[in-house]
This record gives sequence, structure tokens and C-alpha cells, in this order.
Amino acid sequence: MAKIKELAKKRDILSPGHRLCAGCGASIAVRQILSASDDPVVVANATGCLEVATTIYPYTSWRSSFIHNAFENAAATISGVETMYQSLKKQGKIDKEIKFIAFGGDGGTYDIGLQSLSGALERGHDFVYVCYDNEAYMNTGIQRSSATPRGAWTTTSPCGKVIPGKTQYRKDLTGVVAAHKIPYVAQATLWRWNDLIDKAHKAFYTKGPAFLNILSPCPRGWRFPSEDTIKMTKLAIQTNFWPLYEVENGKWKLNYKPKERLPITEWMEPQGRYKHLLTPENKHLVEEIQQEIDENWERLLILCGEK
Amino acid sequence: MSITTVAVTGNEVAAYAMKQINPDVVAAYPITPQTDVVEKFSEYVADGLVNTEFITVESEHSAMSACVGAAAAGGRVMTATSANGLALMFEILYIAASSKLPIIMTVVNRALSGPINIHCDHSDTMAARDAGWIQIYSENAQEAYDNIIQAVRIAENMKVRLPVMVMYDGFIISHGIDRVDVLDDTTVHDFVGKYQPNYPLLDVENPLTFGPLDLYDYYFEHKRQQVEDINNSKPVILEIAKEFREISGREYDLFETYQLEDAETAIVVLSSAAGTSKAVVDQLRQEGKKVGLLKPRVFRPFPYLEIAQALSHLKAIAILDRSISFGGFGGPLFTEIRSGMMEFGKTPENINIIFGLGGRDINEQDIAGIYKQLEEIAKSGKVKERIQYVGVRE
Repeated sequence: MAKIKELAKKRDILSPGHRLCAGCGASIAVRQILSASDDPVVVANATGCLEVATTIYPYTSWRSSFIHNAFENAAATISGVETMYQSLKKQGKIDKEIKFIAFGGDGGTYDIGLQSLSGALERGHDFVYVCYDNEAYMNTGIQRSSATPRGAWTTTSPCGKVIPGKTQYRKDLTGVVAAHKIPYVAQATLWRWNDLIDKAHKAFYTKGPAFLNILSPCPRGWRFPSEDTIKMTKLAIQTNFWPLYEVENGKWKLNYKPKERLPITEWMEPQGRYKHLLTPENKHLVEEIQQEIDENWERLLILCGEK
Repeated sequence: MSITTVAVTGNEVAAYAMKQINPDVVAAYPITPQTDVVEKFSEYVADGLVNTEFITVESEHSAMSACVGAAAAGGRVMTATSANGLALMFEILYIAASSKLPIIMTVVNRALSGPINIHCDHSDTMAARDAGWIQIYSENAQEAYDNIIQAVRIAENMKVRLPVMVMYDGFIISHGIDRVDVLDDTTVHDFVGKYQPNYPLLDVENPLTFGPLDLYDYYFEHKRQQVEDINNSKPVILEIAKEFREISGREYDLFETYQLEDAETAIVVLSSAAGTSKAVVDQLRQEGKKVGLLKPRVFRPFPYLEIAQALSHLKAIAILDRSISFGGFGGPLFTEIRSGMMEFGKTPENINIIFGLGGRDINEQDIAGIYKQLEEIAKSGKVKERIQYVGVRE
């Protein structure tokens, strides 16, 4: 388990002065995750908030080697970097221990980058892929993605007179990745920082591909005050909206079980994007969403051998 | 130093050149008619004949993306594709060039969909002509082999440091068996030399950021610099051709002329159709006709002044394009050359012939017909139809 005093001594790879919004979950996730590597890292980043806010030429916030290629290809790009490393290592041209990690948002991972990710996982590169999931295309101005939860308002799933926000459930990306049978897959988020850093450490030091899906609140897109970012992730865990679990060599394990599951309305109420749902006429939608969450939780308990 | 003569297909010899170059990483995806380049190269990998790590990607988009990652990491990188595969790479072609990554790509020219077609034309690489890559066209398997080897030196030259694509015609060259003189491994190895990394990502002690966000305050300057880089490649290409002649005895320039010096009319054409045209030139020369040919080799950077100069004494020329620029004034080769000729005041009469789309054959009679038309234009000084289509039912 990570010790916060030790972690605080580490020099951040993502340096202060970047231009991400106040309260952005992505920068917190990135700093926590990168603190878990004891070796130098090469970072690849999909186009998105994290990339545009940290690499505005002629500045960079990255103290490690960093490559941004395009939106949909962070996994393919890091697979190229990692393969060159393996090639040069085999040829005796490099001997240093280096870790390889790619960051993509949910748009760059669930949607446009899914093929690239799937390919890289199947090929078995030794790398970590992190999806910082803020549940919409935040960089282009809050458009719905396949990670946007049902009922949420976005600029392309607006609350109209006949359609109340996004009508579809979100894609179970962690499950999709687990189906690739890679050595390590985990879901985590910021409130349980220890859980996150432990998972990141495991991901770095697992041979082969590892995947972390990190819920990363977006104050702008979710419509909540920027000081409540960590609180949002706490509510996500306690309502079972974002369960913490890992799949290690095919073995599913639940990492946190709320003492008492809070109703999904607790998660929705502080977020402006759900405002329209919390009205009497949309009560049935909230009930359906609650039911879906409960069913997913039951399924997860079975997968994790808790039932 | 030894030279061996072999009978091989264009694809086989392209894979053989890759084997002799022995890149650190290859990332490629199969597509007709390129497929047996990657098949053959996989065999070299499987037999341990190369040091290469071969990334068998799930698409061409990922092929070029992985090439960018691998080249940025700091080693020699190659790939190969055709047509729709090149189109799928399109976005990343620009990123490879603007990141100054010396990736070598063999492109086996094939028609772009739609409708889907697997045979030769140049619509694929002509569509990519403004991506910032150096483009070199090959007439036959020998040239493909020679160009791929020279491409490594051109791409990696510190004054250039740009990706290079080497083209040859799908099926006509890729699958036709041809006589090729190949160099021995040591000669190729010594010629391409050791890879010199330039700001490698794997130098983790000296971290740097690749692919930053570049807005209106710097982007234009970076694009302007790219113009300098690709223009710098022209003398480098010639220098390397000279060195290559020393090991192979074969001559290369930015373009090739055939019976052009005293010619009155000429055809300008890329790649395999130049071979057919040379045979027609020989026949017509026997009949006493003053005909010649110019075959561009390097299309990017385009040697517009040199080509215009070489054509300036002619009375009439036909510029043959194996691709269309829909709604444009003729094909890409035509517009480039016609525009280049404006530098010399007196311009030979000129026509543009679009031919061979989707693998449609162009035969000696077709070419002889074009020369005949040029003879009439030279005599009358009149062009009836500027843009023409040869070999199509209309």
C-alpha cells in the first residue's frame, strides 16, 4: 500500500502550471497514477483536454518523454514506442528499465480509439492504458460519448421537449477490456486514492498490457462546483455507480463494498446535468437507471465471487 | 561487393530490400496488391534473418500510428501499403512528416475505392502528395529495389529528416516477375549505415514533448520550415544517387530522359507505363520520328524547373496522368508541369492524357497514337482537346 508521505516526496511528472480547469479530475488521476512508477516513463496521450491543456507550444507540463499523435491512436502509438524499446533492448542498444503508459479520455478510448486499443491489447505490448473517463467529449464542449450515462444532459443529448437527455446506457468498457483476457484490468477513481495508486503500481509492474478505467469528474460538463471533485467520486462509489474492482489474470475481485448503498439520486442531485431527471415526470427514468445499477452490481458480485 | 541477378516479383524484391535494410521496427497491415511484401517480410522475421520487431497491427491507421511512435522512440522504421490502406493512414501521414520522422514506406500503387478495385493507378499516392512526404516513383522492380535502399539515406539525412514513400505499380510490377540485380547484404548494410537518432523519446534523461498543440502563433512558421526541409532534399537525393551508382553501377536522377535531347515531341509519364513508352520511342525512332520521353522519378519535391528546362526545346508534349483530380484542370502531373513551364516563357504545346485507371491497360498502339497526335500538334500548332482520356469507352 502506498504511503502518502513517501508519495509526497516524489517529483510530479505532470508539473504545475498546466491549463486544465480547476477541479479537473484528469490532472489528479494522472499525478496519482504516475507516482506509482519507480522507473522513468514514456507517456502517450490521445488528443483531448489533457493533451491540449498541457502541451501548448512552446510550453510543456511534462517532465517525462511525451508523445501526442492523434485522437484515436494513443494505444497504437505507445505500441510503436514500446516495440522500438523491445527491439533496441534485444539488440543491446538500450538497457534501461522504462515504463510505457497511454492516457486517453472516454471519447478517445470508448469511441474513436477503441479499435486501436483493442489491437494493442491483443498484441500483448508491455504497457499501461489509462482511460480518464469524464463521461463526454469535454474538450470539444460536452458532447455525448458512449461513456455518457443514461439520462445525462450533454450538448448533443440535450433535454428537449420530447427527449430527456441521453437515452442509452453507457458502454461497459472495463468489461470489454476484461474480455481481451489481458493480465490486469481495473476500475478506480480519485476518492480511494490508495486503491488507485496500488492499482497503478500493479498495472506498471504487470508484464503485458494493463488497463485502468478511472472516473474523472468534470466540473464544467457535469455542472458541479469545482471544489467538489473528490466528493463526486465518493458518491459514485457509494451509489455503486462506479464500483471499484480489478481483474487480475482472469480473477475478478471487488475492492470496495459500500456499507450501505446510497440511492442513485444522491449521485445525481449535485450535478446540473441530471437536473431535468429529478422531476416528477421523469421519476420512472430514475427508477430504471437505479434498477440498471442494481443489476450491474449483482452481476459484479457474482463475477467477484461475493455471491 | 557482389551483384547477383535474380528473377523476382516487385513485391519480393521490395521485401528483400527491407530485409537487407534490417529496420528496428516494421508495423504493417496486409492489403492487395502489397500483401506479399508483408508475407515475405514475416518469413524473414520468423526465420530470424532480421533484427526487426514486426508489429502486426489491426489497421493501416494503426500501422502509421505505430510507425510514428516507433520512429519517435528512436530507431529505423519501415512499412508498406496500397490504395485504401494509404487513405486510412492519411491523417497520420501529415503527423509523421511534420514530426520529421524518417519513416520509409513502400506504396504499391492501386486505384482508390469506389468502386472498389484492386488494380493499378496512381490515385492513392497522388491524393497523398501534399502530406509532406518525399515521393519517389519506380518504373520496374529494379528501380523499386534501388529506390527503397536510397530512400533510407534520403529520409535519415540530417538536412532532410522526412518520411519517404517509394512507389511501384500494382500487379504490373508488384506481381510481374522481372530480372533484378541485387546487391549483397554487407554492401546494403554499409550503404544505409547506422541509424542516427534525433531527439529520441527513449532518451528518458532528456525528456521532450512530441506533438504539442501548435496554434496561430507558431503553426505557420513550422509549416514554413517544412517547406525548407523538403526542398533541401533535392541536392541530397542527387548526392545519394551518386553514391548509389558507385555500389551498383546504376544511374539515378530526379527524372529520367529517354531520346529527349533532339526530340521534337515527347511523352511525360510515371512508372511502368514509361517502360512501354520507351519501346514505342524505339520503334518510332527507327521510322525516323524525333520522339522522346521524360519520366519523373521524384514527384515530391517536384523538380519543376529542371523538368520544364528539359522539356523547353520541344514542340509538343503529352503529359500522362494515371489519376484524376476531379473538377481540376487535368491530372496532378499535368498541372505541375504546365505550371512549371510558365517559368520559361516559350511553352511547348501540351495535352494531358488520363489513362490506365483501375488497372486498364495502356498498350503500344495507344502510345503510338499519342505520339502521332503530338506530331500533328507540332505541325499545326493547334490543340483540339487539352484534356483527353485514352483507353476508355465513351
